[in-house]
Amino acid sequence: MSKTRFATVWMDGCSGCHMSFLDMDERILQIAPLIDLVYSPLVDAKVFPENVDVVLIEGAVSSEEDLEKILKVRTRSKFLIALGDCAVTSNVPGMRNQFTVEEVETRAYIENAGYNQHIPHEVIPALLPKSRPVHEFVNVDLFVPGCPPPADAIFHVLSELLAGRVPDATEVSKLTRFGK
Amino acid sequence: MAVTTLKIDGKEVSANEDETILDVAFQAGIKIPTLCHIEGLTDIGACRMCIVEVAGSNKLQPACTTKVKDGMEITTQTARLKKYRKMVLEMLFSERNHVCAVCVSNGNCDLQTLAVEHDLTHVRMPYLYPKTEIDASHEWFALDQNRCVLCQRCVRVCDEIEGAHVWDVSGRGVQSRVITGLNEPWADSDTCTSCGKCVQVCPTGALSNKGKATGEMTKHREFLPYLAQRRHDHK
Repeated sequence: MSKTRFATVWMDGCSGCHMSFLDMDERILQIAPLIDLVYSPLVDAKVFPENVDVVLIEGAVSSEEDLEKILKVRTRSKFLIALGDCAVTSNVPGMRNQFTVEEVETRAYIENAGYNQHIPHEVIPALLPKSRPVHEFVNVDLFVPGCPPPADAIFHVLSELLAGRVPDATEVSKLTRFGK
Repeated sequence: MAVTTLKIDGKEVSANEDETILDVAFQAGIKIPTLCHIEGLTDIGACRMCIVEVAGSNKLQPACTTKVKDGMEITTQTARLKKYRKMVLEMLFSERNHVCAVCVSNGNCDLQTLAVEHDLTHVRMPYLYPKTEIDASHEWFALDQNRCVLCQRCVRVCDEIEGAHVWDVSGRGVQSRVITGLNEPWADSDTCTSCGKCVQVCPTGALSNKGKATGEMTKHREFLPYLAQRRHDHK
């Protein structure tokens, strides 16, 4: 049997969802033989490849880079999972949405900067007007809320998918929720 | 008081004519989801979580404010009801900034519990991200409009039980906000007795005790049915 081409993506989140993924501990050994990890912050691939079977998305869509990335990831992936509250609701990154980008940048780079106060316009990707959940931009196949989603929820979802089943929302709701 | 008989989810029940569908269902052990309802306060049908189907009517009725009638046939759990209840929850989540992960009521929130019970894993409407205020002027309590669902439990408990009527609602539609006094800082309210009943009945983290971190705020509501009964006996 060919391995499932599996990827994880880190956008505007704290990496807590990836930590929770690693918190599956020894259960990763059950999953590892069934997948080929083709792209992830945990491996060295620089370009998101074609023909990905399952992708976990951590983080909200907050910058031009995130937007470009999520559009590309969607076209190259069969089953896309919004993992964690930032991807599902925009969560903490979305707390800046009550302010304009200019107000946010002024606060971060000028008011709170002790030295070299200026708003960068190069290298750092430009912020979108609002930080928004993934499904407001692309179709999402499964939502796994939680901050972060517990390792049990991630393991359940991946086990189901690797066994050829689509996990349903009722089962996911038993294992995680907004803010869990 | 005339006694009527009716059916809820196929179960024959008897009731007094002045009782609501929600009262009778509760006594019969039939659970209807609620949010603005709380035992001890007058029901106002604000949240629409308790909608039920009544045979012969195409309109969905709120169980908390609909009185029973003889021969009524009520259904409390259908795909249609679940669909609309879920939609209500989604609108509540999208209308304010419910950032559960950093909320004082995380894990002890009626809105969160309802979301889980309705398998709500995401919100289909675009979030509004309104600019909302926090009033932390009171010595002991804080009001966070980001988490308010406009259930008006605070308004009712302050009016009906404490008798102070500090709380009310200003504005309309999505602009509605609970306010203290004549829309002045809570600390400036001459009528607030600082009893804290509003904080305890609030279903979310909109009203909390100061000094609580994420998930630390738990509400205690045991006092309410007792005080409501005492008020009722007094009238």
